[in-house]
Amino acid sequence: MVNGLMWLLGCQLVGEVVVRLTDLPVPGPVVGMAVLLVLLQVRRSGDDATVVRAADGLLRHLQLLFVPAGVGVVAYLAVIRDDLVPISVAMLGSWLAGLLVVGWSARLLTRDHGEAAAGPGEPEGAGR
Amino acid sequence: MRAVLESPVFLLLLTLAAYRLGRELRDRTGGHALAQPALVAILVVAGTITLLDIDYATYLDGTQVLVFLLGPATVALAVPLHRQMSRLRGFVVPLLVAVPLGVLVSVTTGVLLVRALGGDELLERTMAPKAATTPVSLALSESLGGIAPLTAVLAILIGIVGAVLGPAVLTLARVRERRARGLALGAVSHGIGTSRALAENEAEGAFAGLSMGLTALTTSLALPPLAALLL
Repeated sequence: MVNGLMWLLGCQLVGEVVVRLTDLPVPGPVVGMAVLLVLLQVRRSGDDATVVRAADGLLRHLQLLFVPAGVGVVAYLAVIRDDLVPISVAMLGSWLAGLLVVGWSARLLTRDHGEAAAGPGEPEGAGR
Repeated sequence: MRAVLESPVFLLLLTLAAYRLGRELRDRTGGHALAQPALVAILVVAGTITLLDIDYATYLDGTQVLVFLLGPATVALAVPLHRQMSRLRGFVVPLLVAVPLGVLVSVTTGVLLVRALGGDELLERTMAPKAATTPVSLALSESLGGIAPLTAVLAILIGIVGAVLGPAVLTLARVRERRARGLALGAVSHGIGTSRALAENEAEGAFAGLSMGLTALTTSLALPPLAALLL
């Protein structure tokens, strides 16, 4: 557990450093995720690796970690109530639009790719 | 007595118990969509601290450990992705097209809907970055001149909406392929959507996590030019 946590924190630290040095507009942990992915791929880590077990343990309770931020909703209830219609409709509307666009375009492109891959030596979906 | 109620011990215990209750409820209802542990826990905790007159800043202070763990947990999302790496083949193009398209659509519709419904420009700037994961949306809202803490609240709310409704909406829209479902959920409902996707299926969760990261990156890059165009 301690070893696994050290790996996770180590990757996060590398991520934070990279973000500081390059001014990348993403949070350190997201870069840390990419770092860990590379490590796992290079080492061909299996499910018994300590970092994998620590990660699985954390991810099983991912929802717990959002509770403190979520409770912040109470602090802003009054503001939300004042602009209830624009806030709720814009939030839900843009959420739905985004969800459908990503889902449908991914589905469409996967299908295209499937057909392309069926042909002999087709180049990667170029021009579609 | 006051000191005990406002101590991290009590506040953490309350949070864990509320979350435990949420998990119990999910198991008892056979995984009902509304019984998301985070949603149940947020409602229970919010109700309790309001009743006990504990202010939010104190609560947040007491539960910093959990907030801190979001960092390593985000790093941990590499693990499901590692297991699903072989399924990334043939999905790189959809990934690189669908995610930026989603960012474009959710930012634009968010801003325009606020405007159409009579919200002011401050609210437009607050709404624009809400689909990105909470820390990113917070920072982007700040640099865009929105109300940053309100953006964070909207990000959390939209995450919960995604966890509750996302899978059902995707099924209705006939998006059945696991990777595409994960991609869509992560793009509009970041980490909370990802946690629901992980509970549904590992491939779905892996691609939701990946999509969350890419969306954060794309939103950060695209927001300044988009804002100049829209606002």
